[in-house]
Amino acid sequence: MLEVVEVSKKYGNKLAVDRISFTVGSGEVVGFLGTNGAGKSTTMNMITGYLSCSEGKITVDGHDILTDPEKVKKQIGYLPEIPPLYQDLTVWESLCFTYDLKKVKLNKKEHLNEICELVQITDVKNKLVHNLSKGYKQRVGLANALIGNPPLLILDEPTVGLDPKQIIEIRKLIHELAKTRTVILSSHILQEIEAVCDRIIIINQGKIVADDTPIKLIETQQMEKCITLQAQGKPTQIVSLLKTIPNVEDVTYKMTTQQDVYEYYLETKGVDVRATLSFVLVQNHIPLLELRSNQPTLEDVFMKYTTKSYDAYTLDEEEGGEEDVCDL
Amino acid sequence: MFAIYKRDMRSYFVTPIGYVFLAIFYAIAGYYFFGYQLYGGNADFSYLFDALFSMVIFLSPLLTMKMFSEEKRHKTDQGLMTAPVSLTGIVAGKYLAALSIFMLALAITLLYLGIVAVKAPVELAVFLGHFIGMFLLGGALCAIGMFVSVLTESQVIAAVGTIGFGIFFTMVDSVGVMLGTPLIEKVCNYLSFYTHYQDFTTGLLNIADVIFFVSIAALFIFLTVRVLDKRRWS
Repeated sequence: MLEVVEVSKKYGNKLAVDRISFTVGSGEVVGFLGTNGAGKSTTMNMITGYLSCSEGKITVDGHDILTDPEKVKKQIGYLPEIPPLYQDLTVWESLCFTYDLKKVKLNKKEHLNEICELVQITDVKNKLVHNLSKGYKQRVGLANALIGNPPLLILDEPTVGLDPKQIIEIRKLIHELAKTRTVILSSHILQEIEAVCDRIIIINQGKIVADDTPIKLIETQQMEKCITLQAQGKPTQIVSLLKTIPNVEDVTYKMTTQQDVYEYYLETKGVDVRATLSFVLVQNHIPLLELRSNQPTLEDVFMKYTTKSYDAYTLDEEEGGEEDVCDL
Repeated sequence: MFAIYKRDMRSYFVTPIGYVFLAIFYAIAGYYFFGYQLYGGNADFSYLFDALFSMVIFLSPLLTMKMFSEEKRHKTDQGLMTAPVSLTGIVAGKYLAALSIFMLALAITLLYLGIVAVKAPVELAVFLGHFIGMFLLGGALCAIGMFVSVLTESQVIAAVGTIGFGIFFTMVDSVGVMLGTPLIEKVCNYLSFYTHYQDFTTGLLNIADVIFFVSIAALFIFLTVRVLDKRRWS
């Protein structure tokens, strides 16, 4: 359906997107993840033809966006981060304008009514766009994107700025739309991407750093399993003991509020060492106060790929700072 | 293109801009028509059109100042640029909408012609010369205004810039005279709207003058398309 080959985008001297390549098959629901300024919107804007790529090639159903833009644009329904809606039009007029603009051949009234029903904007059809809430504007934007039944739907942060109820509603709607269309979706909300998408592409500093299913991305993370434990005793002795356990790669620790009690972080080669660990500590008469395996989440995956040091992140998150962490 | 034309035409009348433009235009035209034709008993429309010639330079930015600047500011240009419409189609739709409103304003002079023609013989060639000249001038000014509008997100800057361009093209011949060099004088004269408008006022349809105004309009329409295209690449 969509093929992006070695695509780059430069803004002056700044490389916003750096030779990214990916393909999206028919019926796939792909999520774009990345921090602000990572290149997600730029990539989407290049796919939709709003921006031209500095290098590379983008094709939709075999049509090149540069040489055959109108054919490509007919295949795409695009909802940018800020829905492009004229404030002085009513919802119905806005839909009619997009219908005419896209030169759709379907029965106008029937098609637009169908879309209104689908995105649930029938009750505001005659209201001015200017008077709509953010959630409704987002729905009207989505309705505009759906006009002409484009097989590829590109949604740039469709739930940004919405309240939790509206987020759930829009998410349900996207889920519904994804049944019959190819969807590319960008979001900062990881749960949203995880809930909706079959595949995740993580972009960092203009490059694709990960591209897989959510489950596989989390599984990769589990390969570097982390264990947290609290034990009473001298940290130097405990760290030495922990390091003797097979498959333990790294041990760090920090103080707790209790005297003589320290919290330890173990990184293993994806092997569960909790049983061995408890035996070793008990054999050495070291009281084990707490032991837990840190289950990675998509957030961990995201942070791993978008921050320079994953270790720093995990410690930061759990301790509120790394200044009192000792790495032995 | 037709969808954009329709939307922009509608936009002129759901916002006060279209009404304000037409009201001012009609008021000025009406004032001079009453003063020269009705009160002065004159069948020559030259005074009316001479007054309009100066006024359209200041009035035309009302039609063009929000053409693209507003689209860019509200990000609605993203909807246009990602729709299956060519850049030329987008620009042409907007340009024709502005030109239609200008034509609607200018059409009032046809009514004046009818009123005067009932009572007195009118030099039709002079009237038509003025009318065509004014239409071509409006076409050129709309294209210039549209070009300035695509360069900025501010309507005020777009309006002031268009007036600046208008004054330049109207007064450039007098600048040429002041500079003294024959070549510069010739070039300045050639670029002057005023010089090219003169033949129309005598009822002559000089094809060179028509081509000049059409070329100016075409040049600025082309530049508008280029600016939109360049924005995608930069």
